[in-house]
Amino acid sequence: MSEHAIRVRVNGEDHTETVESRLLLVHFLREVLGLTGTHIGCDTTSCGACTINLDGRAVKSCTLFAVQADGHDIRTIEGLEDGDVLHPLQEGFREQHGLQCGYCTPGMIMAALPLLESNADPDEATIRTAISGNLCRCTGYAQIVTSIQWAAAALRGEVVATDADADPVWQPAAGPPGY
Amino acid sequence: MGSIGRPMKRVEDRRLVTGRGEYVDDVPAPGALHVAIVRSTYAHARILGIDATAALALPGVVAVVSAADLGAANGPFPHPTWFPPHPPLAKAVDPFTRPERIWLLAAERARFAGEPVAAVVATDRYLAEDAARAVIVDYEPLPVIATAEQALAPDAPLLNPEWGDNIAVHFVIGAGDVDQAFEDADIVVRRTLRHGRAICTPIECRGVVAIPDRRSGDLSVWSSSQQPHWLRDALERTLRMPGDRIRVVAPDVGGGFGLKSMVYPEELLIPRLALHLKRPVKWIETRRENLASATHTRDQVHEIELAVDRDGTIRGLRDRFVIDGGIGSVESIVVPYTTACHLPLAYRIPTMRIECTVAVTNKAPSAAERGAGRPEAAFALESILDEAALALGMDRAAFRLHNALRIDEMPHDHGILYRDGTPLRLDGGDFRGDMSDALARLDYDTWLAEQAAGRTEGRLLGIGLAGYIEGTGVPPFEAANIRLDPSGRVIVSVGPPSQGQGHQTTLAQIASEYLSVPVELIRVIQGDTYAFPSGGGTIASRVIVVVGNAVAAAAIELREKILAAAGDQLEVAPADLEIRDGSVVAKGAPDVSIALTTLAARVTPGIGRMGSAGPGLEARGGFQPPTVTFGTGFHAAIVEVDPDSGLVTILRYVVVHDCGRLINPAIVDGQVIGGLAQGVGNGLFEELIYDEQGQLLTGTFADYLIPRATDLPTPIVIHKETRSERNPLGVKGVGEAGTVPGAALMLGAVRDALGQAGAGLATVPVTPGRIVTAIQAARAAGVPVGHAG
Repeated sequence: MSEHAIRVRVNGEDHTETVESRLLLVHFLREVLGLTGTHIGCDTTSCGACTINLDGRAVKSCTLFAVQADGHDIRTIEGLEDGDVLHPLQEGFREQHGLQCGYCTPGMIMAALPLLESNADPDEATIRTAISGNLCRCTGYAQIVTSIQWAAAALRGEVVATDADADPVWQPAAGPPGY
Repeated sequence: MGSIGRPMKRVEDRRLVTGRGEYVDDVPAPGALHVAIVRSTYAHARILGIDATAALALPGVVAVVSAADLGAANGPFPHPTWFPPHPPLAKAVDPFTRPERIWLLAAERARFAGEPVAAVVATDRYLAEDAARAVIVDYEPLPVIATAEQALAPDAPLLNPEWGDNIAVHFVIGAGDVDQAFEDADIVVRRTLRHGRAICTPIECRGVVAIPDRRSGDLSVWSSSQQPHWLRDALERTLRMPGDRIRVVAPDVGGGFGLKSMVYPEELLIPRLALHLKRPVKWIETRRENLASATHTRDQVHEIELAVDRDGTIRGLRDRFVIDGGIGSVESIVVPYTTACHLPLAYRIPTMRIECTVAVTNKAPSAAERGAGRPEAAFALESILDEAALALGMDRAAFRLHNALRIDEMPHDHGILYRDGTPLRLDGGDFRGDMSDALARLDYDTWLAEQAAGRTEGRLLGIGLAGYIEGTGVPPFEAANIRLDPSGRVIVSVGPPSQGQGHQTTLAQIASEYLSVPVELIRVIQGDTYAFPSGGGTIASRVIVVVGNAVAAAAIELREKILAAAGDQLEVAPADLEIRDGSVVAKGAPDVSIALTTLAARVTPGIGRMGSAGPGLEARGGFQPPTVTFGTGFHAAIVEVDPDSGLVTILRYVVVHDCGRLINPAIVDGQVIGGLAQGVGNGLFEELIYDEQGQLLTGTFADYLIPRATDLPTPIVIHKETRSERNPLGVKGVGEAGTVPGAALMLGAVRDALGQAGAGLATVPVTPGRIVTAIQAARAAGVPVGHAG
C-alpha cells in the first residue's frame, strides 16, 4: 500500500500528514485529526452523514480518499462556531428542534451551509432539494426545514436566538459549604 | 410558570450541533483492536471448516476467531430478549411460542446470509477487512426456506429439525360469536394484504466497544443500544462474570426505532474478545451488515375479512395472518400479539377472531420496528375498511365515522386481552372526534370535488384515511433517583437511554415542575448501568409514561425532604414552606428563607449533619403502570399519482393525535412528524427483497429506500390532550404513534387515486413499479384508470 504526504487545510488550520492511498477522507478527519463530529451512516454516498465542505462545496467525505483532499480547504462541523458563539445554522437547529438523535445533524448543517452562502432566502422546496442527499430517520425533515429557514432569517438579521429555557447556564455556588 | 407543557429548547443540543456528541464510534479506546466479521454468504449451509491460515499471515492480524475457538463460550444461550408470555395471557390465550437461542458465531450451520461466522481482530479496521476476505469458509449449501409460504408447506425443509415444523409462534384470540356475525351480516368483504419486509435503519448503525480493566479484570462496554441493562444481564450470563463488574453504557445513540432493543451476537462477542485478548476491542457495523443482519420487521400477510350490514355497521372481523420471522421471532410474541390486539383500532367491532402464525425462514431474525406490530394492524384493518366502504357504496369517511368509537363510549372494552394479559380497555381518547377534526382540517369535501375535477384532466388524486390506537407505557415498572447537590443542581438518574427522544430535557422538565428548580439546573443521567443499575429499556413508547412518572414521584419525595430539612433549619413547619427562586421560603414571610445550596450543604454526607431528612437530600421514586394507556389519532392525506412513472406526491398530510398531557410540545411534534415519515416509508418505499436463494437484493441505501426531504410534505399537526387516568402525570407515550397509520394511509390513497385500476393493489410498499404494473394491466383490460367518483 503506497503512502503519500498530503497537506490539507481543515477549519483554517494546515495539516501535513502521511496517509495510505486508500484511506478515506472521513477516516482521515475522524481518526487522524480526531474530528469525530463528521459521521458515517452508509458507506455508499447515500445518507450524507459524512457531509463536509471542500472548497466551499458540500461533499460526502466517505467517497473521497484523503489524498484527493491534498491541497484543498476543508470545513467540518467543528469549524462553525465562532468562539463560544454558535453559527446561525447551529442555533437554528436548536431553536426549531431540528435534531433528535443528532447523528445526521452535522452533515445536514454542512449541506445547508453552501446553500445559505449562495441564497439568502431559500424557499421550502429549495431547502428540501438542497438536503435531499442527506437522510434523517428521526425528524421527518419538517423541523430541519424550519431550522434552515430560521438560520437564513438570522443571517439576514431578522431573528435572534432566544436563550434561557433549557440552556445550561450553571455557575458554581458561591459561599462556604457546610455547617 | 411550571415547566411542563413548554416547548423548551433541548439541553442535549449544544453538544450535538457542534460535533461534540459521543456516539459509540467516538468513544476513546486507546490501543483498541478492530474487528471485521466474516458473515455467511449462504442463506443456509453447513459449515465444514474454516481456514484462517492466509488471514493470520496478513499484517496487523491478531486473531481469527470461530465458534470452535470459543467452545462453550459460543453458546447457544437462551436469547436475552426472548421471554415467555405474561402468566395471565398464557393462562387465558396460551400462545404457542418456542424459546429462541443465540450463538456468538454460527457453529455447525449458518442460517441466513449475513450471520456472523468468524471474527477477525486486527490493529486497524482496514487490515481487519483485508484479512476477513482471506478467511476461507468451507460451506455445504442446504435447502433454503426463502418465504413463509415455503416454510409452512407440508414438505418444507426444517430450520430447526428438533421442532418438527417451522412454526415459532401461533395463537388465536377472539371476542363474541364471530361466525354467527358473518352469517347474519348483509355482506362480507375479503382481502389478502401484504406488508413488505422492512428494517428500522437508524442512521447510526450498531457498534460495540469493550474495554477491560487490566488490573481489576472489570469490563466496560459501550454499545449503541436501547437496552444497556438487558445487555449487562446478558453479559453476566454469557461471560459468567458478576454484573456489578460489568459497566454497560449506551452513549449518544444515533437512532434506534426498535432495531437496537435487541441483544445481538456481536454485543456478546466483542466483550468476550476483549476479555480474552486483554485489550480494548471495537466493532462498528457497516450499513451492508446492518441491512443484512440486524433485526427485520413487518413482513406480514393478512387474510382479512369484514362482515358489515348495508347501513354500514360492522358486525365482525376475521383475520389470519402469517409473519415471516426470519430465523426467529427473537422478542417472542411481542410483535405478533401487538398486531393482533391492535387490529380493531378504535372502531366498534363486536365480534372478532384473529389467528397468527410466525414461520421461520432463512433470513435475518425479526423483532419490532417503531409501532411494533401496530402499523401492520392499522394497515390490515384500514385497508379492509376501504374495501367495505367501496362494496357498500358508502363514502369512506362516512363509513368510518359511523363505526368509530366516541369519547362517551370510553372506556371501551374490545373483549380481548392486551399483551400483559389485562383486558384491552381503551382508556379515553376521542377517536371519532380525531377523525372528524382531521377530515375538517384536510378539507375533505373540497378534495372530493377536486378529485372529480382532476379526473377529467387526467390527474390521479387520491385520499388516504387511517387511524390508530397505541398502547403505551408498558410495564415493567421503572425507578428514578434524584438528589439536590450542594452546588444547587439537581441530578436525576434513570435506567433507559435516549436515542434522540430528548429525555434529558423532558425528564428535567418534570423534575423542575415539582421541585421549582429551573430546568437548566437539572441534569439527567441515563443509559449507564453504573449510574443507575436497572431499567427495562427505551422501547414501546414507555419512557415518558413509566420513567416520567417515576421521576415525578422521586421529585415529590425530594421536595418533601427538602421542606422537612428546611423546616429543621428554619424552625418552621414544612407545610408552611415552599421552594422559590433557589431558596426554601416561608409562605407569607419571605425573610424567613434558606438557599437550597446552603440547605443541601448542611445535610449532605461528608460535609453536613444528618437531620430528620436522613442521609442527604436524595430520593428514589418508582412507577408501576397498571397496564398500558392508549394514545389515539387519525391521519388523512392527499396524494397525486403520476400515471406514467408511478411516482406518488403527497400534496397534503394532516395529523390529529392525542397522547394525553404534553410535556414538551416541540418534542412531541418531532416524534409525530418523524414517526409519520417512517410510516410513509413503509407505505411507499421501504422493502427488503430476497431472491429464492435467500440472498438479500437490497443491501445498501441505494436499494433500500428511506424517505428523503423531497419525498415528504410539511404536515399539519393538531395536538389534543385527553389526559390519561392511568398515571399521575396524565401522559401517554408518543414515540411510535406517528408511524402507525402510514402504510395504510399510502395504500388507501394510491388505491383511491387509481380507482378501479387500483383494485389489485394490496401490497405495501406501493412502489412506482407496482403502480405502473397495475395501471398497465388495467389499460390492457379496458378498465378505467382514475377515481370512480
